[in-house]
Amino acid sequence: MAGKGAGGRAARGVRLTVNGEPVTVSGSPERHLLEALRVDLGRTGTKYGCGEGECGACTVLVDGTPTPACQVPIRELQGADVRTIEGMATGDRLNPAQQAFVETGAFQCGFCTPGMVVRATALLDRNPDPSEADIREALEPHLCRCGANARIVRAVRRASEIARGDRMRGP
Amino acid sequence: MLPPRPKRPWDRTPPSERDYFDVLGEGLVVHRVPLRSKGPERGFSPPSAWIHIAPDGRIRAFTGKVEVGQGTRTALSLAVAEELRVPLERVELVMGDTDLCPWDMGTFGSRSMPDALPALREVAATARAALIERASMAAGGSGTPGEAVDGEVRPPGRSRGTPYAELVRGRREVVPVGPTPPLTRAEDWRVAGHPALDPHARDVVTGRRTFVSDLRLPAMHWGAILRPPRIGARLVRVDGARAEARPGVRFVREGEFAGVVAPSPFEARAALADVEAEWEESPQPREDEAEAFLRAHPRNGDGWEVRSDSDGDPDGILAHADRSIEVTYRTAYIAHVPLETRTAVAEWTGPRLTVWVGTQTPFRARDHVAEALGLAVEDVRVIVPYTGSGFGGKHGGDVSLAAARLARAAGAPVAVTFSREEEFRFGYFRPMALIDVRAAVNRDGRLAAWVFHNVNAGSAGLGSPYRVRDYRIDNELSVSPLPQGAYRSLAANTNNFAREVAIDELAGLAEIDPLAFRERNLEDERLLAVLRSAAERAGWSGWVRSAGRGHGLAVGLEKEGRVATVAEVSVGADRSVHVDRLVTAFEAGAIVHPENLRNQVEGAAMMAIGGALFESIHFRDGRILNPRLSQYRVPRFSDLPELDTILIDRKDLPPVGGGETPMIAVAPAIANAIFDASGIRRRALPLLVDGKLPRR
Ligand code: FES
Ligand code: FES
Repeated sequence: MAGKGAGGRAARGVRLTVNGEPVTVSGSPERHLLEALRVDLGRTGTKYGCGEGECGACTVLVDGTPTPACQVPIRELQGADVRTIEGMATGDRLNPAQQAFVETGAFQCGFCTPGMVVRATALLDRNPDPSEADIREALEPHLCRCGANARIVRAVRRASEIARGDRMRGP
Repeated sequence: MLPPRPKRPWDRTPPSERDYFDVLGEGLVVHRVPLRSKGPERGFSPPSAWIHIAPDGRIRAFTGKVEVGQGTRTALSLAVAEELRVPLERVELVMGDTDLCPWDMGTFGSRSMPDALPALREVAATARAALIERASMAAGGSGTPGEAVDGEVRPPGRSRGTPYAELVRGRREVVPVGPTPPLTRAEDWRVAGHPALDPHARDVVTGRRTFVSDLRLPAMHWGAILRPPRIGARLVRVDGARAEARPGVRFVREGEFAGVVAPSPFEARAALADVEAEWEESPQPREDEAEAFLRAHPRNGDGWEVRSDSDGDPDGILAHADRSIEVTYRTAYIAHVPLETRTAVAEWTGPRLTVWVGTQTPFRARDHVAEALGLAVEDVRVIVPYTGSGFGGKHGGDVSLAAARLARAAGAPVAVTFSREEEFRFGYFRPMALIDVRAAVNRDGRLAAWVFHNVNAGSAGLGSPYRVRDYRIDNELSVSPLPQGAYRSLAANTNNFAREVAIDELAGLAEIDPLAFRERNLEDERLLAVLRSAAERAGWSGWVRSAGRGHGLAVGLEKEGRVATVAEVSVGADRSVHVDRLVTAFEAGAIVHPENLRNQVEGAAMMAIGGALFESIHFRDGRILNPRLSQYRVPRFSDLPELDTILIDRKDLPPVGGGETPMIAVAPAIANAIFDASGIRRRALPLLVDGKLPRR
């Protein structure tokens, strides 16, 4: 794999699924998932903020794990299941994290929001009733430069209520 | 992709000659025409606005301000909805499009509320009156006029009326705002001033909101800019042959500018690495000598204001005072770090250029690009889409110009997005500054003399709200070792830090509680009101003076807003500092969008923690040493204190800006709290060094 080196071509491309849809990404295998999503696949909901894993704006789920897309070269993604912010809602129905961010107005410019929503979704999957400390810890890799942090914590708490309510009501 | 384009930008067309209806379709237009308006519109005031009501029910209002996350889109739309008596969702606000919007100096200095809001309210209120009049004319023109309710005009006593859409059908009518537009008093607001959600929030949480960096045009290419190795370096020789040998890559050089265009960002970066350049470098001031450098290199204003004011004989009093201070406060260069880096997309259509860019000054960017490229201003259109924050860091037209040059050479639309490192290295910073304060107090705890001089901070916030007869205040500007410019609340932050820490020091000398000391020396009732409400909410009870925990307070009066902050901090045995709670009381006249104002106050507090505790740009030989987020620490969730925000709604006063002033009392309140907790008086921002409180 490493033998191809930067700038080399992935002969047949890397096959993965993005939000359940099979896609093939060609071009240099050293390119990061973030650029593949934003440029090749036109899925611009995932944002660039730093390129070094420090801001969380590019967070996506890779095989269910929140991952900074700017840190993953596409050569590592053969067969991977990638979920992005565009895949969080079911049709028109927002997921609980999305709903809660809308309800609580937990953003200003909204540039950090997709990463936050993806992180919150993953947190609630793992821990349906997170404490304030759990929430803050989960969000620590994310920056909100607008300083909507207090609202974001509140939104995640609200999302857990919505999610648990949904579960009690059933699908 | 391109929104409809008028023959000439409307701000550069006399009001009577604007082709409103060719562009927007038939309907009713109300515009606010500045008095004595001949050619292009200019200046802070009178600000302009216009509104168009279409026969399909569409309502579009136009302002030259931009939305970069501060929430003015919703706040201004609320005011329009209020005056037009329609729900918020009905109002489309067109912002920062230089072809369609009124000329505007830029979105900075908290001017959206004082400038854009009244203009928009006036055009909307006038439109309402015009619609009511049309309705009564249609009904024969006799009897009492109807009432505008929920997007229609209802005859007196009726529950159904004629929708606006119907009233404007077939018309091409322009109505100017008259001398007394029928504005709705804030006390009577039913839409503005009440809780509201951003109607476009769904787009934000689904990833559908299109920020500048998300724009994709057909055949769009990606640009990268050749960068000097350090500040002050000049391009001597450059060879792009190796870069151009790559498939689809174009090398561009125009004077000092050089860059590449490629089919993808990855290829653009790789091609840039192949450009061979030689630079002539020149010695640059070092960080450890920067303060002396600032003092030794005065500069003429070049647009920055210099102020001075004095009365009485402060030096005479200071010469004999037994309770006085003579200290220097310092602030470091800090970066804005907007989460979305600077981005522009440029597209040429023949000789005409359109640039989509995240800028706070679209009209200035237009002028800058036109001038640099030798174009007529009319041939350049700048559009500001949603932008991932600015904080004063996105002024000017550099990235627009780079995209325009590259797009012209490539013969295709080109996007240029700064990397985070470029954002640090090739933007500008909040200035490094020195503030010299000499002051004295009387035995009865009154300020006796006040001498306040700053070097390179700027003039905002120089004036003091404290009563004193003998004083001198002034500022000077310096040649800056690093590029410097605007920042959220710019000089008011710096000056307020120095003043509010000095006031605390003086309270200490006078042996009076800092709350009582401020109450004794302040005269502005509105400022006293926020001070008292913050102190009360925080349970202020004098200095704590217990090891490891403390609280401090500070006030600020800036751009007609009043703020008071009480900070509670803990100082660990390892000299780490955590801000546990920030209580902020803020008053900015009548509140238009309460939820957004609260969001702004909280955000300002959070952002201010960074500049207060740890943000600082380090440099050597003209190189930025910490140009990455892993090296330049900004506030994170672990820094988030309990935020307690009190908004004081003064419906009897005009609304003023809320994005900046809530920030200015935070750093001094924290500094004063650290003193309370540790006995260590810090006079420099950031207050911590390498994350710890220094021993002195
Ligand atoms: S862009 Fe990936 S973490 Fe910042
Ligand atoms: S809302 Fe702007 S960065 Fe979080």
